[in-house]
Formats: sequence, C-alpha cells, structure tokens
Amino acid sequence: MENSVRKIKITYREALKQGLREALQNDDLVFLMGEDVGRYGGAFAVSKGLLEEFGKERIMDVPLSEAGFVGAGIGAAMAGMKPIIEVMTVNFSLLAMDQIVNNAATLQHMSGGQLHNPVVIRMGCGIGRQLGAQHSHSWEPFYAHIPGLIVLSIGTHEDARGMLQLALQSPDPVILFEYTSMLNLEKEIQTNVKAVAINKAKVLREGTAITIITYGTGVYKCLEAATELATVGIEAEVIDLRTLRPLDEKTFLDSVAKTHRVLVVEDAWRSVSISSEISARIMEKAFYDLDAPVQRLCGIEVPIPYSAHLEEAAIPQRNDIVNTVKKMIRHD
Amino acid sequence: MIEFLMPSLGADMEDGTLIEWKKKQGDTVKRGDIIAEVETQKGLIEIEVFDEGIIDQLLIKEGTKVPVGTVMALINSSEVELESKEDPKITLDVPIALQPIEEKILEPIKIEKTVETIIKASPLAKRIAEDNKIDLSKIKGTGSDGAITKEDVDNAIEEREKIEIENTQTLPQEKITKPGEAIRTAVAAAMSKSNREIPHYYLEKKINLTNALAWLQVANEHRVIKKRLLPVVLLIKATAKSLLEFPDLNAIWDNGLQLKKNINIGFVVSLRTGGIIVPAIHQVDKKNVDEIMDSLSDIIPRARAMRLRSSELSDSTITLTNIGDGGADSVFGVIYPPQVAIIAFGSVLEQPLAENGMIGIGSFVNVTLAGDHRATDGLTGSRFLVTLNKHLQNPELL
Repeated sequence: MENSVRKIKITYREALKQGLREALQNDDLVFLMGEDVGRYGGAFAVSKGLLEEFGKERIMDVPLSEAGFVGAGIGAAMAGMKPIIEVMTVNFSLLAMDQIVNNAATLQHMSGGQLHNPVVIRMGCGIGRQLGAQHSHSWEPFYAHIPGLIVLSIGTHEDARGMLQLALQSPDPVILFEYTSMLNLEKEIQTNVKAVAINKAKVLREGTAITIITYGTGVYKCLEAATELATVGIEAEVIDLRTLRPLDEKTFLDSVAKTHRVLVVEDAWRSVSISSEISARIMEKAFYDLDAPVQRLCGIEVPIPYSAHLEEAAIPQRNDIVNTVKKMIRHD
Repeated sequence: MIEFLMPSLGADMEDGTLIEWKKKQGDTVKRGDIIAEVETQKGLIEIEVFDEGIIDQLLIKEGTKVPVGTVMALINSSEVELESKEDPKITLDVPIALQPIEEKILEPIKIEKTVETIIKASPLAKRIAEDNKIDLSKIKGTGSDGAITKEDVDNAIEEREKIEIENTQTLPQEKITKPGEAIRTAVAAAMSKSNREIPHYYLEKKINLTNALAWLQVANEHRVIKKRLLPVVLLIKATAKSLLEFPDLNAIWDNGLQLKKNINIGFVVSLRTGGIIVPAIHQVDKKNVDEIMDSLSDIIPRARAMRLRSSELSDSTITLTNIGDGGADSVFGVIYPPQVAIIAFGSVLEQPLAENGMIGIGSFVNVTLAGDHRATDGLTGSRFLVTLNKHLQNPELL
C-alpha cells in the first residue's frame, strides 16, 4: 500500500479550504480579501481558521462594497500582488461588474500587453439552498461572454482542491465559481491532488451512446444519471466543461464524433447560455457527426423560487436527465 | 383528370398484382363499377371505381405488381363534372353536419402526398448514406419525427450486403406460397401491428338471449328455408343500432379519432385453409334483418372463395366476431387496425336464471368488447354493452 495513492473522504468545503491554505502557504504575495472572510470565517465557513493561521494582513475583511473591494483587488494585482477576492455570492458580483468587465478584462489589451492582471475572484453561486431569487441565480454565462477573462466552474471535489493553484498562475484575471449547495457534500479524492489543469474539459465517464456536457452542480447529477442509464444499457459519456471561457471545444467535439448525440445540462437559463454556445459550436464544427438534434436541459426561465420543491423543479434533476436521454435514444 | 390508384384493402396491404383490366381506354365508368381484378394476399379482389368519367389511359400492364398508392389509370371526369355543376341540389342534399366528418377522413391522405418529397434524415445518416450510395427515400426512419438515423442507414447497408451475398451464393428462387400461407402472413402483420400499437381494454357482459331466440323461432316459421334468419343476424343488427348511440366506437384511429359516417360491420369469416378474412357488410343500420341475412348469404361464400370486392375488404368501420355454438364461452378480440373496437360473441349457453324471485333456464351469450384506449374509455364501452343488451331484449324492434 505504501506506493499506491491514498484516498480520503472530504467535503467540498474542506477541499476549497485546503486549496486556499496551500495557496497562502506557497506564496507570500497571495492574500484573501472579502466580506466576512476573516473574523467570521467566511459566509460559508470556507476560510474559517485562516485568519488565526495567516494574520489580518493576508486574510482581510472588507467593507460591504463590491465595486470598492473588487476594484481594490484588481489594483493590487496590477501592482504585483496575488489577490484572491471572495465575492459572497455571484449575485452581488453584478455590483462589481464594471470593475471586472471594464478594468480587469480589458487592461492587458488596452495597455498593449504591458499590464497583466493576475487577479483571482472566487464567487459562491448555485441553486438549491432556499435563498430566494436574489441569491440563487446562475450568472456563469454573463462572465463567460467577456473576452479577457478566464472563467472556471468547480464541479468536483478534485477541482475544489486543485483549481486555485493554477488559477493563481494565470497572468489574466480568473473568475472561479464555487457551488454553495455542494459545500457539505462528501466525496473521495486522492490525497496527492495538488494542481489540476484549468484549460481543459474532462471526460469523467466514457460512453458510446450519447455525450452529456455539463458543468458545476450538473456534474454529479449527470454522473448519477449515467450510472442509472447504464443499467438499461445506455452508455453515456459525461464531460465536465470546467473552463467556461475559453471553451475547450476539442474535448467535446471529439466526443460528438464518437457518440453522435448530445445533451447539454446546466442550471442557468436556456436562452443565451453556456449550452447555447456549446450547441452552436457543435452545429458549426460537428454537424455531419450528428445523428439527432442537440438537446438542452436548462433552468426554467423564471426567477428561482424560494420554496424547496419549486426550487428543485426549476433546475434539471437526475430524473430529467435520465428521461431526456432515454427519449433521445429510444424515442419513448 | 382523376388518378385511379392501387387501393389499400387494409392496414396490412403493401402491394397488389394487377391481373386483369375490366375496362379499356375510352370506356365510361361510374361509381361502383368494377375496373380491375387485383391479386392480393387476401385473394383475387374486384376493384371498384369511386369516380365517374371516361377512362383516359391505363398505365399499368396486366400481371404487374405495384405498391399501394401507385397511379394505375387516368380517368377524365371533366364532362361529368360539368353536368354535376348544373345541378346544385347535389351539394344541398348533403346534410351539413355530416360534411366535416367526411373531410376529416380525407385530410391525412392529402398531407401525405405533399410531404413525401422531403426526406428527414440526420446529418450523419445523410453522410453515411451518400458514402455508401444508399437511397434514403427507400428507408423508413426510426428517429424522432420519423427522421432517418445512422442506425437505419447501417441496417439498410447490412440488408443490402445480405441480399448481395444471397444473390451470389444461391440461385434465385421463386418463393411459392400456398393461399393459406399468404392469408396467414396478412393476419400476422395486421394482428402484430394491432398488439404493438393499440392499447386494448377489455369488457365482458353476459346477455340473455331467451327473448331474442324465441322471437327468432316465431319469425322463422313464416320464412322459406332459404330466407330463415340465423341468430347472428340479430347480433349484427343490434350491434349496428347500438353503434348509432356510440359513434366513437365506429371510427378509425389515425393521428386522432376519426368518426365514420356509415356503419359497415366487418364480419370475421374463418377460412378452411386457415386464417380469417373480414368482409364488410355495408350500412347495417339502414338494413332490416332480412337484408342483413341476404348480405351474409352472399358474402360468406364469396369470402371463402376469396372473391370479394375491394370495398368489402377495405370499408369496415368496426369488426364483429362470432365463435358459433359449441365453441368457447367467451372471445376476446384483437382490434383490426386502424379500427378502434372489436365486438366478440361467444357461444350461446343454457344457464340457470334468477328472475322475479324465481329460478328458470335461459339462453345466454357472453359478449366482449375490446376497445382502443386511445380512442375511448371503458365507460363508453360499458354503456355500449348495456345498450346492446337493451336492443337484444326487444328483438321485434330490431
């Protein structure tokens, strides 16, 4: 057993925290700033204990002003620091959209390549914690629309543990989406996960009958659906996009060439979404590989409801995925 | 110009062989005339024309086998049409309420003709078909909305290879089928389709035939032997009368329920060679019991000799099967597509009967109804059986 890789059971929250701690240990230029990240331990307890370990110079509570502290973080990155900015939920990040879109994303281009902006902005996001419409939306497509940004979505525990390391090495601004509904979810990961590539999508399950493309909270749902589908003889390939911008289209186009059928699953609203982009690219580049129209399972286009069963009904669930795939393959 | 097409004489018929033209170019035909004899799985059928006009051209040579829907002849109807336009009464005489039903029946046929030219196939299927020189128009798609998928094309390629291998390895053999086998194949196709596509529900009701049989005995006393009525005539007539009250059962299912104006009861005739054939007795509700008996005496021997007319094979709107005396007590029928119901009578049995606090003996028959659950529910079927019972208790009114 000595030479083999050990596995540990870990929550998504703990994986994020370990990633953060490692980043702070590895580089003195790294610091974390955000609302309540210090004394309170983070709104979702991801940074709990880090203040005691690293001190208030590196774990910095900030005033309640997204435009202010995100802007300050972008400035610090321009000045040579390695800031990790935590925005409590993606919904509040819209207040800092001007800083992210007009400054962080454009500086390199507008300075003729002279200014890099290696800022990392972490955002809590996702649906399923009964937080009401204003705390529950999926704004990933907003950020994936912007050239100059790198947009990552953390759909697995392995990525929760390892994505931050490479995000910090990027010379360009990185937006990291962390899914609050998965924080308490326990999974096994290998103990030696350090850094994971951030520029590639990942085939998490191989199959021949259909390609299911997803990201974020869709990842485990799709994997469970694929396991269920396998019991009726449908082998689905499941791809976690991981990087929403720039999209790693080679991975999913290769898969389409193999399976000839595609279902895209995401929590975000269908219109003008990540799945719209995926679907369009498949049309442009893999049309003659398709044996059926690309189908999408997305969030219902309403503000996300508060009540638990309506909230559940508003986004694709495992059964929806199973049923849609069966329909696509058997037309039943 | 009217196109005379190879008719479909049932859901299971795919093609027919023209044996003989009964009319020649220049002949005048009117509705109901026999224009040709066609060999089908169900034997030699006399094909009727449904239009009036002068035969302009006979397009198919005798002895040729053509698929259903093939244009066989052109009939010039222009002169006849002019005449009919001068007589406005013809259109006014048709009850307005009945028109939509007729139109509804015709609609799907029209649509099919225009859609035929567009082939729906997935891009991948098209690519593979092109690479392998497969004609997509000859493939039936199994994908969503009938689109041709990769699998369909793969199957077609496999099929072609199989045929090629067979052709190179063995001498071509003429497949000889006995008449019994052909009819077996036809029954197999229709019943498989029914079981596959029609969600059946089944109902059974025991009906007291004591009154009806007693009435029949009296009625037959005054008839010469040839004109004597069989019990089944009462069953047929009572069924038709009950259907008047339940039009949903006298219908076909083709992209939805399509009610039929006429009540044409398909009567199951078993053949001595094996298999069954179902000739229609037309407009039973408008016939009296003697006329129904005449129809039966005419149609059953012709069915057994496989000499039916096309309208008798394709026009039935509901099917009735009757196992006859000494047979099984109850029969549960399989619906003949695209019809939506089949009514089945078991054999007549003497059974004890409790009535008005007394015990007696009566003659009973178990009647079953198998219904298409897409078209109707059990309640409709149940009400129909109750009505059927009511009519059979009053044989004198039939």
